[in-house]
Amino acid sequence: MSLVSLRNVTKTYPSPDKGGERIVAIDDVSLDIEAGDVYGIIGYSGAGKSTLVRLINALEPVSDGSVIIDGEEISGRPERELRSVRLGIGMIFQQFNLFNAKNVWNNVAYPLRVAGWPKERIAARVDELLDFVGLREKARSYPDQLSGGQKQRVGVARALATEPRILLADEATSALDPETTQEVLALLKRVNTEFGVTIVVITHEMDVIQSIATKVAVMDGGRVIEKGDVFDVFSNPQNASSRRFVSTVIKGIPSPAELAVLQERHIGRIVTISFRDGNADQAAVFLEIVNAGVAFELVYGGINDIQGRAFGHLTLALRGDDTAIDAAIVRIGQSTHVTEVR
Amino acid sequence: MDALIDLQDEFWKAAGETLYMVSITLLIGGAAGLLMGLVLYATRAGSLLPNKAIFVVLNVVINFFRPIPFIIFIAAVQPLSRMIIGTGIGINAVIFALSLAASFAIARIVEQNLVTVSPGVIEAARSMGAGPYRILRTIVIPEALGPLILGYTFIFVAIVDMSAVAGLIGGGGLGYFAQLYGYRQFEPVVTWAAVLLIVVFVQIAQFVGNRLARVALRR
Repeated sequence: MSLVSLRNVTKTYPSPDKGGERIVAIDDVSLDIEAGDVYGIIGYSGAGKSTLVRLINALEPVSDGSVIIDGEEISGRPERELRSVRLGIGMIFQQFNLFNAKNVWNNVAYPLRVAGWPKERIAARVDELLDFVGLREKARSYPDQLSGGQKQRVGVARALATEPRILLADEATSALDPETTQEVLALLKRVNTEFGVTIVVITHEMDVIQSIATKVAVMDGGRVIEKGDVFDVFSNPQNASSRRFVSTVIKGIPSPAELAVLQERHIGRIVTISFRDGNADQAAVFLEIVNAGVAFELVYGGINDIQGRAFGHLTLALRGDDTAIDAAIVRIGQSTHVTEVR
Repeated sequence: MDALIDLQDEFWKAAGETLYMVSITLLIGGAAGLLMGLVLYATRAGSLLPNKAIFVVLNVVINFFRPIPFIIFIAAVQPLSRMIIGTGIGINAVIFALSLAASFAIARIVEQNLVTVSPGVIEAARSMGAGPYRILRTIVIPEALGPLILGYTFIFVAIVDMSAVAGLIGGGGLGYFAQLYGYRQFEPVVTWAAVLLIVVFVQIAQFVGNRLARVALRR
């Protein structure tokens, strides 16, 4: 049984009784998140990712469909009952949302007070959490005295305080520089491996998915257009709109504009060859071209690494006898995917 | 100058009356205004305890009373004052009218300062399972404390201003003193002495308010 299960979930604004233009933020989404997953949800801004994550901890009620957390249906339950559900789900935010009037220690202690922990246990737990995120010496500092990375580490400590089984990260690194992003992602990875916390990561950045996610769902226009194993989704997207999205976040596939420049700048026929997890030996491919008596130039490309598995796309300009080029393309096509773009 | 020396006792008595009226008003009107401001903030659409009926009624009541000039208000609420505190004249009747008038103004100031609290911070508290009353008490008020203190300081000055018409119903105070012994007796020195003392009160209040707000904002 999945830890988080969304069944045909729909969210529309505003609620029908208030009138006004109806906006469908989430459109019939079904997802299963297993315990221990780091589940990435990626998409352009406005795709509905942030709304989706707020349905999981019921900060927003669903308009239709059901949300099942650890076997318990939570949609339609009264607010009072939802509060205890939320105690078991931590959340971190793009803008950190720390309590500015409270120091670091009291920020982390807050959810424990809400949960009604006794004083001595709160003190021990807060110290333990601050040690975990490496901010013990900042306990008496206020949020405005911290750097962005430190703020998010406090956010993580605070979100984990009540020992939740699920952590929701809403664009948690989008306000951070690349170096600090890596630092926070490493921390999230530790949260997953050391405490076994299931993490749902909302992001528009491929790097985030690439570094920590095990599963991914691609969202567009309120729908999940593709989901599955991160490597599969990004190396071999199944439908047109996810391919379009993937090509914008993956290195190696020229955009239409870039392609136009390539076509203008290079003579010969231009082909893109995809490599995926060692399905074709690059050296063998190049040898094939040379043996056919065709000259080639590498004009665009990139190789990606997702959890130790590589895939990529190389775009070549081929020059030579047309029939020789045709023959080479057919032979390469037997071992991997080739598309001619001119 | 001689007139002022002769009036020394009355002068200090009037000063004491002003301080008494203003501080009790700040206490009672401040508490009532805080409560109304919290209700306005919490019941507005999309807030912690949205309730259109309560919000609309309270909003209209506040808008009704707030623009009434205090010199008219103090006379208009006399019957209500007799009903509730048993008298329509004297310093306590002034405090009653002042507290009522001040509470509506304070309600607006409180509401305005609370809406500046970041919705993200409130969402964070909700995500931890905190209920609306707890969020109001432990997040919303502390987050807005600095500006709230400055708002109350502003209102203190407004109450000093309003208390000047207390003489109308026999309330005393520096305003009444200035009118009675200064203006009507053609003694500008007496008027200016009262004005100067009021300025001193206001300056001290502003200084203390700024200090407290700075502590709350840790700046």
